[in-house]
Amino acid sequence: MTKAPILSVDGLRVTFRARGRTVTALRDVGFSLQAGKTLALVGESGSGKSVTSLALLGLLPPNGAVAGGNAFYRSRNGETVDLAGLSARAFRKIRGREIAMIFQEPMSSLNPLFSIGEQIGEMLDLHEDLDAATRRRRIVEMLELVEIPAAASRLSSYPHELSGGMRQRVMIALALVCAPQLLIADEPTTALDVTVQAQILELMRRLQREMGMSILFITHDMGVVAEMADDVAVMYAGAVVEEAGVGELFAAPAHPYTRGLLASIPRPDRPEGERLKAIPGAVPPLFALPRGCAFAPRCSFALPACQRRVLLMEVAARHRAACIRAQEVLADA
Amino acid sequence: MLSSVADPAPAMLKYVLNRLVGMVVVLFLVLTITFVIVRVAPGDPAALMLGPDATPQDAAQLRAELGLDQPILVQFGKFLLSAVQGDLGQSLFFRRPVLSVLAERAEPTTFLALFSLIFSIAIAVPIGIFVAYRRGGLADQGAVSTAMLAASVPSFWTGLVLQRWLATGLGWFPASGYGGPSSTFLDRMGYLILPSIVLGIVNSALILRFTRASMLDVLGEDYIRTARSKGMSEARVVLKHALKNAAIPIVTVVGLTFALLVSGAVVTERVFNIPGMGSLVVGAVLRRDYPIIQGTLIVVAALYILINLLVDLLYLLIDKRVRY
Repeated sequence: MTKAPILSVDGLRVTFRARGRTVTALRDVGFSLQAGKTLALVGESGSGKSVTSLALLGLLPPNGAVAGGNAFYRSRNGETVDLAGLSARAFRKIRGREIAMIFQEPMSSLNPLFSIGEQIGEMLDLHEDLDAATRRRRIVEMLELVEIPAAASRLSSYPHELSGGMRQRVMIALALVCAPQLLIADEPTTALDVTVQAQILELMRRLQREMGMSILFITHDMGVVAEMADDVAVMYAGAVVEEAGVGELFAAPAHPYTRGLLASIPRPDRPEGERLKAIPGAVPPLFALPRGCAFAPRCSFALPACQRRVLLMEVAARHRAACIRAQEVLADA
Repeated sequence: MLSSVADPAPAMLKYVLNRLVGMVVVLFLVLTITFVIVRVAPGDPAALMLGPDATPQDAAQLRAELGLDQPILVQFGKFLLSAVQGDLGQSLFFRRPVLSVLAERAEPTTFLALFSLIFSIAIAVPIGIFVAYRRGGLADQGAVSTAMLAASVPSFWTGLVLQRWLATGLGWFPASGYGGPSSTFLDRMGYLILPSIVLGIVNSALILRFTRASMLDVLGEDYIRTARSKGMSEARVVLKHALKNAAIPIVTVVGLTFALLVSGAVVTERVFNIPGMGSLVVGAVLRRDYPIIQGTLIVVAALYILINLLVDLLYLLIDKRVRY
C-alpha cells in the first residue's frame, strides 16, 4: 500500500514566547504517515514529540505558535488541509471527527465532574446528530469495543470510580467514538503498569485493524515502538533526525543518535556484566542549541563539517536520516 | 478495578442531622458568650433609659422590674429556658417581644443582603472567568487592580460618595430611608438598590479574585486540553468544562462573604438610614438593650450556620467525589 500519505509534515517550526524571548521548540520536523499505518514518533523528554502532536491539532498553549512549515492532512472527503495554518474555527471541524487524541495521563485527562456517558456522549453531540436511543447505543458499543466490563452500567460512572487502565480505555473510547481517520496517541501507556500497558497496546492494535484508522504514536519507549509501529521517526532537540520502517531502523540505524538509543536498551541476551551503553552528555537546552547538527557535541562520528545545517536525506529505500556520515553509520551496523 | 457506589441518600440524611445537632451546640455557645459579653460591658440599661435626671431609687426600681437585679446565673437560666421555648425575651427599650421587633426589621436587611449578593455574583463571576481566560491581558490587570482597590475602600466612604453622586447629584436613586408607611413593597425595594451596590462592591472584589484564581487553576488542567481536542467551541470549554470544576471555591467564597454582608449591613444601613437589623443592633448596643443584642446575634448565627450547611450540600451537587 503506497497510497498518498494521510499526514505529511514538512519543515514544521514551532516557537514559544517566554519572558520576552522566543524559543524554538521545533526546528525542522518532517515525517509522513501512511493511511491505516502506525508511525511512532520517538525521542527523549524535551525532544519536541508532544509539541509536535499538540501543534497538529492546534492545541499549543497560548504562548506557542506554528512559525513555519506544512502539515498536509488528507481529510475524509479527500480534501487536503494544511494543519499548520488552520484557523480555530477550522480546527474545530477536524478535532474529534477527523483527528482525535489520547493523552499520557488517564487520571487527569478525563473531566472529574462528568460521567463517562456524558463525556463520550458529548463527542457524539458535537459531531453527529443522533436520537437518544442511538446515542446511548453508540456509547455502549464503544465501551464494549474497548473491553469495559458491564459497559451499559458504566455510563453513569465517574472517572474516579475507575482504575488507570480503565480510564485509558474510556479515553480511547472517547477518542474513537466518531471513528476518526487519525488517532494521535501521546504516550498513552507511559503512566500505566506494565501489564496494563500491554493490554492497552493490544487493544489499540485490534481497534486499528477493525476501524482502519492511522495512528501517530508518540513514545520514548523503544520496546513499545517495536511492538506498535510500522514506521518510525526519531526526534532530537526539536527536529526529526531519522525516519524509516521499523524493521530497517532497528536492523540498521543510519543516524548516530538512533544507534545510541538502540544501544542503550537493556536486553537479556547481552552478555552478563556488559555495561549499558549510555549516550554521553545531555540534550542541549533549546535556547542554546549548537550550530548545525544538534547532536554533534555528543556524537562519536562528528566532524567539523557537522557545524553546517544538515537536512533529512534519503540513505536507502524508505529510509531518511539527517547525518552527513549516514552511509558510514549504516555500513558500520 | 471498578468500584461500586453505595446509595448516598441515607448517609446524607445522617450528615444533615448531625450538622443540625452541631448547630444547636454552636447556638448555645453563641447564646452564652453574647449573654456574658453584653453584661460584662460597662453601662446600665436602667440608667440609660431613665436619662440623667433619674434618681438612684428610680433606677433600682426599674432594674427590679426588668429582672436585672437578680443574680446573673438566674438571669441566664431564665433566658435559656424561654429561648428554648422560642421566646427571646422582651426588648428593654421597645418593651415588646424581641422576635416581633426583629421581624419588623428583617425585611430591609434580608433584601439588602440578597440584592447585594446577587449584584456581586453577577458582576464578579463573569468578569473573573473572562480575565482568567485572558490571563495577563489589559482587562486582567485592570480587573485585578480595581478589585484590590474596591476591597480596600471602606464601604461607608463608597456609600457616601455614591449617595452624593448618584442619588443627590443625578437623582437616579432615593438618597436614604426606607419609604413611609404608605410605600409599596416595590417602592421600599427601590430604596435598597444603591445600598445593595455599595454593600456588594467589597464582596464582588473578593468573589472576583477567587473566581479568577480558581479558573486559572482549572484552565491549566489536562481535561481542558481533552475538551478542546473534542472539537468544541472555546465558550463551551470554559463555561461547561472549566466553570463546573472551578465552582467549588467560588461557592465557598460566596458562602463566606455572607459574614461580610452581615457586618457590612450594619454600616450600610447606618449610611443610608435604613431601619434594618444592622441599625437595630447598633441602637441596641448604645442603649444596652441586652435582649435585642442577644436575639439579633442568635438569628444571624443561625443563618450563618444554615448557609454554611447549604454550601456543603452544594458541593455534593457539583462534585460526585465529595462524600459526607
